Amino acid sequence: MTDITMTYREAMREALHEALATDDRVIILGEDVADYGGTYAVTKGLHEEFGRDRVRNTPLSESGFVGAGIGAALGGMRPIVEIMTVNFSLLALDQLVNTAATLLHMSGGQFNVPLVVRTTTGAGRQLAAQHSHSLEGWFAHVPGLKVVAPSTPQDARWMLPTALADPNPVIIFEHSGLYNERGDVDPTSGPVDLERAAVRRDGDDLTIIASAGMVPKALNAATALAESGVSAEVIDLRSLRPLDLPTLATSVGRTHRALVVDEGWRTGGLSAEVAAAITEACFWSLDAPVGRLATLEVPIPYAKHLETAAVPQIDDIVAAARTVAGRSDG
Amino acid sequence: MTDETMHAVWRGLLADMIRIRVFEERCAELYGESKIRGFLHLYIGEEAIASGVMRCLEPRDAVLATYREHGHALLRGVPAESIMAEMFGKSTGCSGGRGGSMHLFDKPRRFFGGNAIVGGHLPLAVGLGLADQMLGRSGAVTVCFFGEGAMAEGEFHEALNLAALWNVPVLFCCENNRYAMGTSLRSSESQIDLALKAASYAIPAWSVDGMDVLEVHRATTKALTAIRADGGPMFIEFQTYRFRAHSMFDPDLYRDPAEVEKWKQRDPIVTFTERLLADSVLEQTDVDALWDAARAETEAAVDSAEQAPIEPVETLLDHVTRPVTERSTAEANDRPAAAGTVQDIKTQDSEADDDDSGDGDDDDGDVWP
Repeated sequence: MTDITMTYREAMREALHEALATDDRVIILGEDVADYGGTYAVTKGLHEEFGRDRVRNTPLSESGFVGAGIGAALGGMRPIVEIMTVNFSLLALDQLVNTAATLLHMSGGQFNVPLVVRTTTGAGRQLAAQHSHSLEGWFAHVPGLKVVAPSTPQDARWMLPTALADPNPVIIFEHSGLYNERGDVDPTSGPVDLERAAVRRDGDDLTIIASAGMVPKALNAATALAESGVSAEVIDLRSLRPLDLPTLATSVGRTHRALVVDEGWRTGGLSAEVAAAITEACFWSLDAPVGRLATLEVPIPYAKHLETAAVPQIDDIVAAARTVAGRSDG
Repeated sequence: MTDETMHAVWRGLLADMIRIRVFEERCAELYGESKIRGFLHLYIGEEAIASGVMRCLEPRDAVLATYREHGHALLRGVPAESIMAEMFGKSTGCSGGRGGSMHLFDKPRRFFGGNAIVGGHLPLAVGLGLADQMLGRSGAVTVCFFGEGAMAEGEFHEALNLAALWNVPVLFCCENNRYAMGTSLRSSESQIDLALKAASYAIPAWSVDGMDVLEVHRATTKALTAIRADGGPMFIEFQTYRFRAHSMFDPDLYRDPAEVEKWKQRDPIVTFTERLLADSVLEQTDVDALWDAARAETEAAVDSAEQAPIEPVETLLDHVTRPVTERSTAEANDRPAAAGTVQDIKTQDSEADDDDSGDGDDDDGDVWP
């Protein structure tokens, strides 16, 4: 069937619509998910079709409604919990880390938690230091959780059914800067393999590894690099936990150079994990140290020029890639 | 209720309290012998609550408890052998040796832990109640035990607010033993009338004497009858006292020994035994038989736990995540584009429950005590 062009937001909404329409056990819980339509308008209109019981507004009680989602999952439901931003998810960190991630193991394999949590991540909207951070690396640290980050409308459309079919807690990080991005969605492709990274652009000189909002920037950077004769392969991690190391190693084994781009902070961040994993796997085929480009170590500021300066931009990626490729003077 | 039926319930309540007491006193000894390690929180003194509440429950109900939950698990029907094996860290334990004393779980008996984040399990109770409500399991109740210390946690307030807003069938059982670890009620709560505090969420709430097993039983029966009929949440504060320290690490420096002694005069087992003897419901030989039976049960559990195998280190990483099975993947791929019927979903659920469901509504019928 022909692909359909839609926005990332529409793709996610269509996925939610399908989930509600095809499985009575699916409910959506979150702040303002019903009448308001969700802060980013992802759930807009769903309550009119499926009712306020299934598209259920919650009070401002992140820990309470994430915990209720866990309980409902234990009780046989398939809850999708929306947390407005990753910063607010910290109010539910206890439930996610101490409960959702531990119950299966702590109960000797008896109680799995088939919970899907959707939250937004990322900067770029001048929302300052309590709405703009990229903390997905923290969640990727935790055994028992699965963490994914769609960067395309196609993944926004098809990661959700896979996450719902997973017997484990899955956290989906949606980049707030991507909601209006348009792209092709294959309406028939069906649920995707959540645990595989995707090569978004082929190249020979280096591998740029990115996720979520950094993927479109990396692709733009690769275009710019091509104009100056540097052929960059771009890999979209898609799954932050587990990491698809084989796909990374195959690419870097061929290009011999890698740049990891991360919207999270550098220290102890996801980029550190990815860079270390590549170094361990590809050390003998590397022609240069693995490069890292991350958000500067500062709370995300409000002023546009400061926010822009804090977060990796296309030009930064180009410059860092040229350094890794040994072409920084070219 | 005939006198005979009533007396049978009373004998059962006494037997239950004695089972917990004997089991836990043995646990304390085993801790001294280093057979049990980690934290061990004893319920001694508080047995009337678990005994009075658990006897009111049905198989379809769900139970969530704290880290002081040996007694609740035992009375929910989790075999003493598997509880003891769990504390020994053995693979035959009810959590496969991964949980220990604080994390007893039993899926067939709808026993959802064994939670050691104070207050953390209250939101789960709301969610379990919501699932019962939305999946049409009318009449099922989720019973959630917690201490008064949890009432200072934000999750208590979030959970009670949600429970009231969503009118979910949850019985919140506050076991107020007057000390959050070593911090007294007056130091931790600005409002020490805990039922009043709960009632501020528009939840029916009241306080009962948690040292009197008949009071506990009566209050719980009343609450459960109302919840099963109307669905909404309720709150009961059980006033009680733990006779032992908070855990085996606790030197118990914060309580006046005279206060402890005063409460011991109200030992729920002693007072109830005296009452049943005075009312000629039991003879002393009957009482002795209850203690003997409890000792036999506990000793058999200890013997069994001693003999039980440990989990091989090779399987350490099992159960971190559950594998996505071919069946559940297939289910995802086969998910129809058009809306499925409830019947379709129920059928899928019963086939695939063990693989993809947290706790299905259809797999619990076969292992009830």
